[in-house]
Amino acid sequence: MSTDAVGRAYPRLEGREKVTGTARYAVEYPVDGVTYGWAVPSAVVRGRITRVDTTRALASPGVLAVLHHGNAPRIAPSQQTELWLLQEPAVHYRGQYVAVVVATSLEAAREGARLVRIDYDTGPHSTVLTDDHPGLYKPDHVNPSYPTDTAEGDFDAGYAAAPVRVDATYRTPAYHNNPMEPHATTAQWRDGRLLVHDSNQGASSVRATLAELFELPPESVRVVAQHVGGGFGSKGYAKAAVVLAALAARHVDRPVRLALTRQQLFGPVGYRTPTIQRVRLAADTDGRLTAICHDAISQTSTIHEFAEQTAVYTRSMYAAPHRRTTHRLVRLDVPTPFWMRAPGECPGAYALESAMDELAVAVGIDPVELRIRNDTDVDPDQGRPFTSRNLVACLREGAQRFGWTGRDPSPRSRRDGRWLIGTGVAGSSYPARARPSSATATARPDGSFLVRVNATDIGTGARTAIWQVAADALGVPPERVEIRIGDSALPTAPVAGGSMGTSSWSWAVIRAAQALREKLRDGVPPTGEVTAEADTTEEVGSQPALPRYAYGAQFVEVRVDADTGEVRLNRMLGVFAAGRVVNPTTARSQLIGGMTMGLSMALHEEGLLDERYGDWVNHDLATYHITGCADVESIEAYWLDERDDELNPAAVKGIGEIGIVGAAAAVANAVHHATGVRIRELPIRLDKLIGVSELA
Amino acid sequence: MRAFRYHRPADVAEAVAVLAAEPQAAYLGGGTNLVDLMKLGVQRPDVLVDVTRLPLDTVEELPDGGLRIGATVRNSDLAAHPVVRRDYPVLARALLAAASGQLRNMATTGGNLLQRTRCVYFQDTGKACNKREPGSGCAALHGQNRDLAVLDWSEQCVATHPSDLAVALAALDTVVEVHEPDGPRDIPIADLYRSPGTHPERETTLARGTLITAVRLPPLPAARRSTYLKVRDRASFAFAAGSVAAVLDLDGDVVRDVRLAYGAVAHRPWRAYRAEEELRGRPFSPDLAARAADAELAQARPLRHNGFKLPLTRAITVRALTELASS
Repeated sequence: MSTDAVGRAYPRLEGREKVTGTARYAVEYPVDGVTYGWAVPSAVVRGRITRVDTTRALASPGVLAVLHHGNAPRIAPSQQTELWLLQEPAVHYRGQYVAVVVATSLEAAREGARLVRIDYDTGPHSTVLTDDHPGLYKPDHVNPSYPTDTAEGDFDAGYAAAPVRVDATYRTPAYHNNPMEPHATTAQWRDGRLLVHDSNQGASSVRATLAELFELPPESVRVVAQHVGGGFGSKGYAKAAVVLAALAARHVDRPVRLALTRQQLFGPVGYRTPTIQRVRLAADTDGRLTAICHDAISQTSTIHEFAEQTAVYTRSMYAAPHRRTTHRLVRLDVPTPFWMRAPGECPGAYALESAMDELAVAVGIDPVELRIRNDTDVDPDQGRPFTSRNLVACLREGAQRFGWTGRDPSPRSRRDGRWLIGTGVAGSSYPARARPSSATATARPDGSFLVRVNATDIGTGARTAIWQVAADALGVPPERVEIRIGDSALPTAPVAGGSMGTSSWSWAVIRAAQALREKLRDGVPPTGEVTAEADTTEEVGSQPALPRYAYGAQFVEVRVDADTGEVRLNRMLGVFAAGRVVNPTTARSQLIGGMTMGLSMALHEEGLLDERYGDWVNHDLATYHITGCADVESIEAYWLDERDDELNPAAVKGIGEIGIVGAAAAVANAVHHATGVRIRELPIRLDKLIGVSELA
Repeated sequence: MRAFRYHRPADVAEAVAVLAAEPQAAYLGGGTNLVDLMKLGVQRPDVLVDVTRLPLDTVEELPDGGLRIGATVRNSDLAAHPVVRRDYPVLARALLAAASGQLRNMATTGGNLLQRTRCVYFQDTGKACNKREPGSGCAALHGQNRDLAVLDWSEQCVATHPSDLAVALAALDTVVEVHEPDGPRDIPIADLYRSPGTHPERETTLARGTLITAVRLPPLPAARRSTYLKVRDRASFAFAAGSVAAVLDLDGDVVRDVRLAYGAVAHRPWRAYRAEEELRGRPFSPDLAARAADAELAQARPLRHNGFKLPLTRAITVRALTELASS
């Protein structure tokens, strides 16, 4: 296989369409006779609808219909209980969609939604996660299928016997996915077949869900997702918008467009669960860990169990003879939490990498050196050697590039006028996985090639990356290759999620290309089209279960205003070992994007819940702050030239998520170094540091 | 959202006449606040009277050394105006500290002054708010109130006025020129805004249908030594967690005159008269500035989540005045 295209910085194939505004998103396709749907959220937390009065709404100009549990088309119960919408009068959380208004314009639908009157019987509710909640329980497993608790050695004894100990509890609030494009769908029924243009991270999986809900053969459902304006996990499965649009379109027998508002993204589409995490570390006086315990508490809803795998990161990151991890959940009257960039690893690494920094201070060892001392070639969890583990190399290269050497470890040792300056470091890791996929490769008589795979490009550059891989696998210049993705009519492929899109899709694409080259072995150009197919189900399934991880090291310098407590980022630098990098331009975007999101988690984002309403009150971008460009004065991402032959044919580890892992801890550790104050509850905002010159 | 009519008046008199005739009409400036609230169902006018094409878009130097700023002058243009930058740096800085570039390009001077107070409960029709729906209660009083008022709030409302521009104008003793149904009138900015009291739905003293046509800055040579400090949760595009507009006039080291106004603390831009009183006639020192801020904030009643605004406002008072004193 030639490697001419992979590794080169091609611009995105669809870049021109995107910047000129011609790339079409889910509700931008021209459709004859289209109507507009507006989702009506429940106004109560927990209860039962006793009456729906649609009189005024239906009398409002332009309104065609109001769907609710009393009149909506029936759908089949699904494992995705949150999608069983408009089927029953029960309300399980505030914001649950209880009606949809369909009208001839978006504005008319919105006005109609205001006029729908719904009466409820309500009951008491519980929406706040606490570490002594009476509903705390131990789930059977955590996402996706990890054991809930693990134990090795004797943590209690090991911890008690150690000369150096850290025992700290960290809290993270609810974080809300805010892709630029909201969850949005255009749905059309024709002759009993359903076509949706939908904003999602995996059209194959959305098709399967819609087929199940509407009791259709999968071939009667087509899901198109050519361009997707981000998802961050929240569009990983079919979500409410696509189901509501399909229901509404069937009900009014016309095409329906339905896009959630920005406000409606705060809750019902999923969010990162709040966490309460207690981490205990014990070490000898050389800083070698002897005992590690990570107890994580998070929430789920009353209708679906979502068990964030918060402490799983700790199982494989650092070695110690005595180790324990636990997960506990509480079922609250809230929307079900869902995936958000590096679910599990992101909040878990914040806690563990913060605790490691506390240990470094307690034992008096440089935090980079402390991590190097506790490195391990063997996965402490599985007991097998990692296929590759370049954490130490990332730490060393990062330290060198960042200028870490000679750092005075004392808190508050640097000051520039009113600014207290500090630096922090954190480790990072994320599993390198792959899922089965299928693809086809076609040779055409004109010497060009067509590669088809139902991958999704959610803005990452996936389309371009697979195209590069395909060109090399076909052994032709990429200009001769056409790539088609984002349509369930293409060969079935897994979601863009878990940092395994490129590994999974490219695996099938490479196999299809190889099979095509076999067919064309005589070297004679085909007189008609020649197609080869591949399905990697068997090959991926028979891959040995080895510990495969990407690693990284995050370095941060902050300044903190000694009087006002304002925290600003001076610079952020990450070094990653993530296998082969297919496209340096888009890879860098993924890494600095993840790092920026980690910065946002550390300093800015917080879903503020009002217990009385059971609702996040800061549900817009003016009040739910996300890091802006002005907050990122300098950011750099580098990667090591890493070769790991135990991964997948493209030798990639995935880069969508590792950038966020550890980033918030590095920021928090830098704040501690600057100020001497350890904030263990994110976000680190000025009200927690005001007057820091007199604190600590 | 509610269907509405759009009207573009030929002159100020016509604009005011339309508002007088249409009880549900509203003036439309840059639309950066009103249009959002219309989408949310918080404001529901049936006629929008677009005043942005009226001939109110000039900045004029007055014979007395003051400055008249037309009501439709965009925030970006005003911030870049050479006379503003030279003679009233506090104003230019306040403007540039506000919102985002895109919003400043749209927002007008008059519209900025008349933007609604901010509160997440006001903006959500599913929650109680006396301002939006008189008598429904104030959810913010015992709710999430980190961003809300510490001064002069009432049991009925704890919202804060979000404008940075208005804080600077309050410090400059600006005169607001308005056109009422009966004709033109001048209103000192100190008399423009209301405390929430028992009628938080009324945010200004303007009679219905009154149009702001200009703001007039009196001559104030001391304002050349002025500044605006704004502290916020992120580096740009955020409302103030605390802000201060300051003008300092020293005679040697003695404070001859001083103007101080605070943002993010009350239902209105807060002119800090008590602090000014403490400062005037005394030799300046950072300690004096701190004592002055304390005198002003002695009347504060912080809510559950916003006690930090007191030390924050104190800290930025000291910093602003100390910077001016040493400049």
